Amino acid sequence: MSRQALFATAERLLPAITLGLLLAAIFTEQPRAMSYFGLNLLLSLAIPIMFATLAQMMIIAINDLDLSIGSYVSLVACIGSTLLTSQPWLGALALVCGIALYAAVGALIEWRRLPSIVVTLGLSFVWLGLAVTLLPTPGGKAPAWLSGSMRAQPAFAPLPIYFAAVLSLVGWLVVSRSSFGVILRGAGGNARSVARAGWSLLGIRMAVYGMAGLLGTISGLCLLGLTTSGDANLASRYTLVSIASVILGGGSFIGGRVFPVGAVLGAMTLTLAASFLTFMRINADWQIGAQGFILVAVLALRAMLSRGREAA
Amino acid sequence: MNPGSLAPAERTRPAAPARGSEVFVDLRGVSRNFGAVQALRPIDFQVLRGECLGLVGHNGAGKSTLMNVLSGTLNASAGTITVNGADLSGRYDVRVAHHAGVRCVFQELSLCPNLTIAENARIAHPALRGIGWRKRAAALMQGALDQVFPGHGFGMGDVVGEMPIGRRQMVEIARAFTETEDEARLVILDEPTSSLDQGAADQLIAAARRFAAGGRSTVVISHKINEILAVADRVVVMKDGTIIDDRPRAAWTRDSIVEAMGHAAERIRTTRVTTATADTVVEVPSSGSGSLAFRAAKGEIVGLAGLAGHGQTDTLLAIQSRAGGAKVSGEVALVPGDRVVDGVFPLWSIERNISARWLPDLTQGGLIRLGSERRKAQEWGARLALKTPDIRDPILSLSGGNQQKALFARALGSPATVILMDDPMRGVDIGTKQDVYAMIAKEADMGRTFLWYTTEMDELYYCDRVYVFHYGRIVKELVAAEISEDAVLRASFEEHA
Amino acid sequence: MTNIRNRLGSLPWVWSFVGAFATWLVTLVVSAGQGGGQVLTAALTFSAFTVLVSLGQMLVITSGPGNVDLSIPSVIALSSAVSMLVMNEQGAMIVPGILAAVAAGAAVGLANYGLIRVLRIPPIIATLSSSLITTSVAITIGRGLKIKPPDAFANLVTGKIAGVPLLAILALLAAIAIAIVLERTVYGRTVSAIGQSRRVARLADLRVEWTRLLTYVASAGLAGLTGALIAGFAGGNSLDQGEEYLLLTIAVVVIGGTSVAGGRASVPGIWGAALFMFLIVTMLNASGIPPGLRMLFTGLIIIAVIAIGGGEKALR
Repeated sequence: MSRQALFATAERLLPAITLGLLLAAIFTEQPRAMSYFGLNLLLSLAIPIMFATLAQMMIIAINDLDLSIGSYVSLVACIGSTLLTSQPWLGALALVCGIALYAAVGALIEWRRLPSIVVTLGLSFVWLGLAVTLLPTPGGKAPAWLSGSMRAQPAFAPLPIYFAAVLSLVGWLVVSRSSFGVILRGAGGNARSVARAGWSLLGIRMAVYGMAGLLGTISGLCLLGLTTSGDANLASRYTLVSIASVILGGGSFIGGRVFPVGAVLGAMTLTLAASFLTFMRINADWQIGAQGFILVAVLALRAMLSRGREAA
Repeated sequence: MNPGSLAPAERTRPAAPARGSEVFVDLRGVSRNFGAVQALRPIDFQVLRGECLGLVGHNGAGKSTLMNVLSGTLNASAGTITVNGADLSGRYDVRVAHHAGVRCVFQELSLCPNLTIAENARIAHPALRGIGWRKRAAALMQGALDQVFPGHGFGMGDVVGEMPIGRRQMVEIARAFTETEDEARLVILDEPTSSLDQGAADQLIAAARRFAAGGRSTVVISHKINEILAVADRVVVMKDGTIIDDRPRAAWTRDSIVEAMGHAAERIRTTRVTTATADTVVEVPSSGSGSLAFRAAKGEIVGLAGLAGHGQTDTLLAIQSRAGGAKVSGEVALVPGDRVVDGVFPLWSIERNISARWLPDLTQGGLIRLGSERRKAQEWGARLALKTPDIRDPILSLSGGNQQKALFARALGSPATVILMDDPMRGVDIGTKQDVYAMIAKEADMGRTFLWYTTEMDELYYCDRVYVFHYGRIVKELVAAEISEDAVLRASFEEHA
Repeated sequence: MTNIRNRLGSLPWVWSFVGAFATWLVTLVVSAGQGGGQVLTAALTFSAFTVLVSLGQMLVITSGPGNVDLSIPSVIALSSAVSMLVMNEQGAMIVPGILAAVAAGAAVGLANYGLIRVLRIPPIIATLSSSLITTSVAITIGRGLKIKPPDAFANLVTGKIAGVPLLAILALLAAIAIAIVLERTVYGRTVSAIGQSRRVARLADLRVEWTRLLTYVASAGLAGLTGALIAGFAGGNSLDQGEEYLLLTIAVVVIGGTSVAGGRASVPGIWGAALFMFLIVTMLNASGIPPGLRMLFTGLIIIAVIAIGGGEKALR
């Protein structure tokens, strides 16, 4: 259609284009990666990151930020590798309590009108403390069913692809399409008017934090299934990675603008970025930096596209 | 959507409220305190079925508080609320009000900017859920917009935040008329036309009349007396938190309403004696074919007229940032009209809000002189008759009109010689307006230039010259004697090639 | 009564000092009155580092909702390495070394602002991206670096006047300077103005972009200075010297009463909260609590402090 629409479309497709380009570069450098097992290897670690990203996205949708998701995912992995293996019922109970705590924190934030950044900052120490108490040194063992299911090799495509597809679809349906998602994003866009229309912000915030807790729990279990043993610092990087993934996927910190499909693609992109460096044989010192460069490059591209759209 | 609710009436307004004499809303002894302040004294207030009620009063008279109580956003401190015969006191809130058919369009926009028009309908209607809710929501909003603002041209998937403010208000108003399992039986319109252009405002008045003819009720709050007279069956005047007068429309005139509100004749229409000089201080070249160039002289008051949102604000902002080829000699200061979005620093005191524009001139050796800051802010507060016990109080402790005075002080106290005004009288009471009009005339006499965008026709009579805007272009220039409501409207609605 | 409440409400930093004092008392009780003075000296020294970086973080947070500087740890890692390289164990090079550390920080601050402005990305993402790159630079130049600070520098940063650590005096002066800047300069007022609304500030003809630039440069510059001081204090640079300051600075700024939503800064609160955060850890250590529970308690105390003292009035 118009040039403006063209730019807008390109902007929306940017997360997918980025992922495609990154995959293409990896395949060119290392054609063997373009196989069932190669893809599985490349992307399996993206599974827990996708869940953590969606958890972060739920929180960002209502203008909050969760600085505790990384340590929470670690805590879940610690619970999974200890309690869940030795006393499955107690372990399951602990996980349910974790989700309930998340919802309670949401309630506290709404009730006292607290800045989420600080509360979740404190919360990250709480999760970390619990994890260290539970598992002072790395170790433990994942329940067999968990590590088994993460090793599954389904037909047609490797497991991470199925996860990505299902998560994108479910995320899109729940957040972007459902009538519940509208209330959720509305609370991010104009909380006051949503409250004035008779919705309970307390309920919304509790639901959102509860869902983030649930997604974080699944993330931790998937991660444990992949690594098979726990560590209190296993997922400490997830906090910042999940935030970056939401933004890579086109989301904004304020105003209830979030895109589940983009967030899933963003999570895959950032996971691949790490592998990409290995394939490119970049000096190990520069691996962290190169992740930064990729982040900047994608965001620069988006800025160009949005400027193009405004100029058109 | 009840298909009958907005259908055109076959007849004009009922001479006497024949079938509509039964009471729909009945408030008895309702009051509301904020701490020690009694915003609403115990009052009785009724709205009849099929009635369009006009509610007038100065800012702070308690109109908005009363409407907030009626729509359930504020709890009454005392009194009973009966809607449609059912006593709802004690459990009345937004949900109950909505369910009983009471809707309110608030002064400040209450849509979610990140959502589409259809999605915003969902926020208001709990019943819009389950399979196919999107289609139903879109149909609902489409129907309401078609009824209230025929020819609106909205798409139901349009994102609200990407529309100009006037268009957003149209969506907001239309949403109040939508019906699911909850019917709309009483719609409260609080300053509904403050951002609307004349055409849309007329459409809304017609729609409110049709709504009343269908046996439903509306309450219209407006500072525009003509609008009240055009729409209302009955006019209620409030002052100091209580109702001081209540008569049928026929018993009112424009002057009697203004008088009842507590001000003498609203204005005396004299033609302004121009203070314009020969030196041009502002020049903006023509923006394209058929558009006139813009110029203003020292000491001149130049009006920017036309339908709301047709490029007047953009022109002012271009002049402020000297963009788009704008040539300005001397400093420029802006008086914003949208106080919340453009004007007020909410965490600051009145003093700091006033002095924000002057800081470089108050600085000596890199440090702001606090003493002169205080003195100058007090001086300007006094000159504009700003009502506050202490200039160090938070800006948000002031009424809207007094906040606006602080914004005038911010601009007028600066060394700027060109003052831009972006429809600054939006939702301001007549008393404040009179104070400010006088100040503008005085300052122009002292050589300042005023560029004044206004949506209120009356204000154009304070100008030396008026440019009429239409879709971003200047289509007409009117000099003093030519300025009239009729001339402006004709230029605004003409087909310009 | 309401008046007193309002007064206290407008001085949110008071609570951080109350907390710090209470924590110190508990520590004294737990350690049966032993070493209260040493605890205080240590608290002043370590809080001085925290205060210096947190002042910068405070400026950034005050400049608007969502403004946070995540690059502080990487800047400390970079600048401590740079300062040691430039000083190269020579007493004459102390000042150039410190200046180089500040300049390295300022350069990162400039880059942060550049990313925010040119790419129009949220500050969190901009400073995160640049911190990744800065970390790599710090690794590259700092790996295996075994340069000791010149003796004069080491003595200076560990020195005391009348029992008060020099560092604490420096941090106090810095805090006073920033307080004056915020209250009495156009820059300081503009920081608060853009924190409330950038749009309103721009329409009031305040220099929005210049102010944001200065703010990010100031934050990273202060982190740069702190990096050099830490290297001098710790007897050399290491890559993880700044790690704790990522979350610590945010916690200190907010517990100190600065509004996370922007527009309202609280300088005294920075000192109160920095002491408080240090004393909590000391107190829990003194009580012989295992590390896991210590972290748990630290977290709970942060949440409790913000829940009791720092509830934001609904602004929006």
